[in-house]
Amino acid sequence: MSVSPSSLASIPVPDGKHFSSESHEQKSVTTELPTYPEIQLSPAQIRSALSRWLPESSILISEESKRPYETDGLSAYRQMPYVVVLPANEKEVQAVLRYAHEQRIPVVARGSGTGLSGGALPHARGILLSLARLNRILAIDPLARTVRVQPGVRNLAISQAVAPHGLYYAPDPSSQIACSIGGNVAENSGGVHCLKYGLTFHNVMSIRVLTMSGDLLELGSEAPETVGYDLMALMIGSEGLLAVITEIIVKVIAKPQTAKVILASFDRIEQAGDAVAQIIASGIIPAGLEMMDRLATRAAEDFVHAGYPVEAAAVLLCESDGLPIVVDEELARMKEILESAGASEIRVARDDDERQKFWAGRKAAFPAVGRLAPDYYCIDGTIPRSRLGEVLTQIAHWSQEFGLEVANVFHAGDGNLHPLILYDAAIPDAFEKTEALAAKILELCVAMGGTITGEHGVGVEKINQMCLQFGTEELEIFHGIRKAFDPTGLLNPGKAIPTLQRCAEIGGMHVHENRLPFPELPRF
Amino acid sequence: MQGDLEPLLAQVRRAYQESMPLSIRGGGSKRLPVTGESVLDMRLYSGVVEYQPSELFITVRAGTLLVAVERLLEENGQMLAFEPPHLGLQATVGGMVAAGLSGPRRMTAGALRDYVLGVRLIDGQGRDLSFGGRVIKNVAGFDVSRLMVGAWGTLGVITEVTLKVAPRFSHQMTLEWNLSETQALKRMNEWIGQSWPITATSHHQGHFRVRLEGSAASVEVSAKALAGGREVHDGKWWWSALREQQLDFFATPRPLWRIVVRPTAPPLGLSGQSLIEWGGGVRWMVCEHGSNQVGLVAHHAGGYAQRHPSMGVYPMMLGTNHEGQRIHRALRELFDPRSILNPALMAPEWASR
Ligand SMILES: Cc1cc2nc3c(=O)[nH]c(=O)nc-3n(C[C@H](O)[C@H](O)[C@H](O)COP(=O)(O)OP(=O)(O)OC[C@H]3O[C@@H](n4cnc5c(N)ncnc54)[C@H](O)[C@@H]3O)c2cc1C
Repeated sequence: MSVSPSSLASIPVPDGKHFSSESHEQKSVTTELPTYPEIQLSPAQIRSALSRWLPESSILISEESKRPYETDGLSAYRQMPYVVVLPANEKEVQAVLRYAHEQRIPVVARGSGTGLSGGALPHARGILLSLARLNRILAIDPLARTVRVQPGVRNLAISQAVAPHGLYYAPDPSSQIACSIGGNVAENSGGVHCLKYGLTFHNVMSIRVLTMSGDLLELGSEAPETVGYDLMALMIGSEGLLAVITEIIVKVIAKPQTAKVILASFDRIEQAGDAVAQIIASGIIPAGLEMMDRLATRAAEDFVHAGYPVEAAAVLLCESDGLPIVVDEELARMKEILESAGASEIRVARDDDERQKFWAGRKAAFPAVGRLAPDYYCIDGTIPRSRLGEVLTQIAHWSQEFGLEVANVFHAGDGNLHPLILYDAAIPDAFEKTEALAAKILELCVAMGGTITGEHGVGVEKINQMCLQFGTEELEIFHGIRKAFDPTGLLNPGKAIPTLQRCAEIGGMHVHENRLPFPELPRF
Repeated sequence: MQGDLEPLLAQVRRAYQESMPLSIRGGGSKRLPVTGESVLDMRLYSGVVEYQPSELFITVRAGTLLVAVERLLEENGQMLAFEPPHLGLQATVGGMVAAGLSGPRRMTAGALRDYVLGVRLIDGQGRDLSFGGRVIKNVAGFDVSRLMVGAWGTLGVITEVTLKVAPRFSHQMTLEWNLSETQALKRMNEWIGQSWPITATSHHQGHFRVRLEGSAASVEVSAKALAGGREVHDGKWWWSALREQQLDFFATPRPLWRIVVRPTAPPLGLSGQSLIEWGGGVRWMVCEHGSNQVGLVAHHAGGYAQRHPSMGVYPMMLGTNHEGQRIHRALRELFDPRSILNPALMAPEWASR
């Protein structure tokens, strides 16, 4: 497997612009990265020190070799790393961490760099630690339905490896051909099948991690219970702040005997939102329940030719899987609900080919929408399902007000929105305007009783909105947890958890108990 | 809803100021060791805060009776999928989360931790804190809600919890086969790995039992496909008595161990009477072996052993290395700097002040 992020080339990004390294206008990084004035070592000195444990070819210091690592999936933020290190095994990772710990050099872990919140954005004076070479599948146990993998293994590679046993790994982020399982654990990633089969959290049994000091911890277990505090729960979704994940045991499950998907069209987007709430209320947990609005549907149709109804205001994809008899029952009930919710057309995929096509369009929706404008910005807020209609209407309203088009593609069953704001970074202020609109949408999600991030993480991107979602005391606890794992604060500094000072500067925005004086206070 | 938060907060603050240990008490169903000079009675703080069936969550105060919550969910065609043991009718929801116990559906529906979406808690300084939320997907901040599961109150007094709920099954059926332990273990793992609507398994005295749950048709079709099983008519009783540890097996005067292991681990080779559940993941043993031997056997099978009915105390903390212990201690100190919250539980030696 390739060690450079060129594996991203395999993700369906039509013109590569979202990942391209040619920067359009460069955004200065304004995270409060603590400075360590004592770092006097030059990159070359770091390399020669590290070469005691790793081959020199695994340590990159030249400008051009480091360039592919200066950004992740959130390409508006860029930062050239000081040194890039590509360890090939756990021992090498440990050596790098011990050295960095001793020398007080910040370390940023990186999987495949597909993260959408800047979690793997390098530190200007730090080591960018790529886990991409730890890419081996170590063991498959078909009877126990477990797979032991290194963190750099790609999500889809796990399903491919266990396919001969009739098994697969359920969490399926749209980026699954590229993103690493280590990155998935660090972000608690989801996918279209997570409504029924759970997020990464629910499908990981145990992990091995190295703390900043290079100490090894084994968390979780293959047994169904462990003793002690649930440190694994803290690690999952910790965005590279607590420890570096070096091995993972995931749970895989039997491929369903049958899977069928319905494509339903609606003339009004609120009808689609209501249908989602009604399906869930009826006691069905669909294997997938996804929505796209007209803009997204058209873009996806142009891109993959799935046969989507391009005139519809919204389409829903509802999947049922399991025993054939169960699928038939569920399908019949879902159709009934969709009809009574006012669907203008209901189509069931004729065969598995068509079913795959329906999903391919949904999974390629980001890059497809990406073709509509020079740049797009993806949001990841979550709201209660019953507020879908309301929130979408408000977003449409703001879209007009800001003069920025917004396409909506999302995990409707989980209430996880992904509004994609289209903009052109070449236009002065366009990015700032986009960020302001995004902030408003996230604020709305919090006000509706939801959250600023369902699955993409906080990273550098949503660090200000963390002040909105949490109070000072909760943030203090987060800092305390971080300190418990990494007293030096050298692991991924400046990400995910804002300093109290930063929140104070932004001003008391915290929405306690959803009592935000909503809706229209101009806070941004 | 009943009670106010303020008196609870005040009591914890006072305990903090005076460094006086508190025993957090729900229904008292888990019969835990008590150290606290005073008791923080959570039953005074109860009731449903919010329940929207179509949103698949319920938020309740910690002192709410578990049976009351289950009744409410049942009226709305829903349930707690992890099928929590009560171990007494007085069990409260807060105690359930603190104890982190799951029931027979553990291997197919998941554990309690999988269903916790958010908690509100009082930390050891008497601060009222909220983590997580009411939506299924949420990755903002570290997952403190789930850290509280199985922490036995030592990281905070849980005052409110939001749980994900699931639709109930309309039908169930229990089937039985005569099988040896080895055969049963193999079959449990094979069948759970296929897509049958199996929601519980057990093996005891040569009887291998499987519970199917789902729609009428799916239960029927599956019962036919899993050939050779005979339907038993005490199925409902069996799973609930097993969950509540009320079978005669549990009433033995001899040492009884709950051994949690890798589900595919071969028979443990301890001589005595056994009861296997959770697809092989839990092996109850009545045996006379010493605790070191049982512990070692459990360790080799990828897990740990605990003498029944002791709960909530893990004396040999906890097979984790120096760094792991350092982190555990640091967390305890963060959430409870003066070790006033249930200091007799978890690893009591860490609570030394
Ligand atoms: C087109 C597209 C579609 C996407 N669709 C989805 C989707 O459907 N669902 C979803 O949840 N996400 C989605 N994402 C986001 C992204 O793919 C996920 O967050 C993914 O899990 C990131 O994995 P990665 O290997 O690329 O991690 P990176 O981007 O390299 O890193 C992400 C974070 O994890 C940390 N990290 C990485 N590896 C380790 C490790 N071994 N130890 C400790 N920390 C580590 C990094 O420091 C960083 O903070 C999408 C992204 C793109 C570009």
